[in-house]
Amino acid sequence: MFAIEVDNLRKEFVRKEKRGRGLPKRRRRVAAIKGVTFAIERGECVAILGQNGSGKSTLVRLLSTLLLHDGGGARIFGHDVFREQRAVQRLVNRVSVEASFFKKMSAAENLGYAARFYGMTPRMTRDRIPEILTRVGFPAERRNEAMEHLSRGMQQKVALARALLTSPVVLLLDEPTTGLDPRSKQEVQRFIREMRTTHDSTILLCTHDMAEAEILADRVGILDRGELLFLEPVDDVKDRYGVDTLEEAFFAATGRTFEDETEEDKEREVFA
Amino acid sequence: MATVAPPRSKVVKHELIGLSGVVERNLYLVKRYIWWDVAFLLWTIANTLTIVFIARGVNVSVAEQNALATKFLVGGVIWAFLGIIFEIVTETVAWERWEGTIEYTFMAPVSRPVHLIGMGLFAVLYGIVRAAILFAAIVAFIGISVPHANYGAALALLAIASISFIGIGMMTAVLPLISPEKGTQLGFVAQGLMLVVSGVYYDVSVLPNWMQWIAKISPATYALRGNRDQIINGGGLAWADVWPLLVIGLVSVPLGLWVFRTGERYAKRHGKLKRSG
Repeated sequence: MFAIEVDNLRKEFVRKEKRGRGLPKRRRRVAAIKGVTFAIERGECVAILGQNGSGKSTLVRLLSTLLLHDGGGARIFGHDVFREQRAVQRLVNRVSVEASFFKKMSAAENLGYAARFYGMTPRMTRDRIPEILTRVGFPAERRNEAMEHLSRGMQQKVALARALLTSPVVLLLDEPTTGLDPRSKQEVQRFIREMRTTHDSTILLCTHDMAEAEILADRVGILDRGELLFLEPVDDVKDRYGVDTLEEAFFAATGRTFEDETEEDKEREVFA
Repeated sequence: MATVAPPRSKVVKHELIGLSGVVERNLYLVKRYIWWDVAFLLWTIANTLTIVFIARGVNVSVAEQNALATKFLVGGVIWAFLGIIFEIVTETVAWERWEGTIEYTFMAPVSRPVHLIGMGLFAVLYGIVRAAILFAAIVAFIGISVPHANYGAALALLAIASISFIGIGMMTAVLPLISPEKGTQLGFVAQGLMLVVSGVYYDVSVLPNWMQWIAKISPATYALRGNRDQIINGGGLAWADVWPLLVIGLVSVPLGLWVFRTGERYAKRHGKLKRSG
């Protein structure tokens, strides 16, 4: 059984466009994910690379049960993501680009709240929360400080602690190091590796950081405007296009550089 | 990987822990926003006083002035209690969206009824403390005497009325879910409509006929009528007030959950289940 199995998955969003004064808005369907298919083995770390608006976040939100699909299917350890949401929710957790906490509450309070939703009592979290915060390198003296007073890097460490606290067997990482300083970025990457080895977690990493994907993942895929172009080990990707870097592979596959963003890409960003 | 569903007892325990988490989180937020809460309470006291003082200006005997002031006081306090329940449940989604935690809460393995009922339970606890302080402050300030008040019956009736308000709050909680920009404001419109038709400061009989019909389905109408009798005359739990509240509660909670679930599906279909900004 695969840890994650995605089969011809499709998702569209409706976009309303102004047509002019007095005229009703035009509704247009835009495909965010176009028939994506892949499978991830248990314990594997797979990176999906893509530009802004490529559909990475939509894919993560579909697998997190936050979106309903328009076609195809997805399974997590055999559970249908769209029909057995509760079973999937017990297995999955996520770290996204925004740390997303109650800003006035402390790290310890936020983690306690998150843990209750996963069936952990105050007695279970009393020792576990300080232990996990220590493991992610969060200073003990700042545990009771409001989240709004913490730096982005610190907040992201708490986000990792939140994901680890619930012992997820599938971890969805949506640009977890974007906007972090180099030191915090390295710490987060080290922790992701540790989670994989010590927790036997299956990791789907969505990022636009090619170096990060190369360091952390067993296989790398490129999601371009909702289409998954390939999903292979990095060396196979380079061999396939006869190139030395993933940037060059992206150019060879799409005809665009990774930094190039057209109007269409910018328009698609609203769905991220 | 195990694919067997967990036993029912474990699921129930899990849900109860989740429910306690919602209450616990709100208590943390009250602690962190305590000065905001104090300011809001002072504003409510001042607002209620301005209404109760109207009775002092009416050209009638002192006894009649006291009766009118008590009537206004009960209206103000009960509305403050029921209004806060309605507001807290209605803003379940709006708070999460504003704080940015909405995606994490909605992807967590806890059922939506437990999530919403947890919000309702906290709202009742918070509302009772707030209403008690408000009542005591106004009574002390304006010097009203309520020697016959039956507080036990009044609390029991409020507890029954709270169920209906939680149910209606669930229905309006869906508004910020399906319309992130205008949803919260529409919730306030619904609350205002209930304020007008329920006879908070006047008898429902003074309203136009069509509004009196709406008053019949507002739980606040029966809560206010019953509580006035209990506080002013020392009346007990009147069946005439209890049964409509039970019926509205029995209808509004399942209906509220259904409406919310439908709204959640719509939000998941259209990608609206995400943080603002």
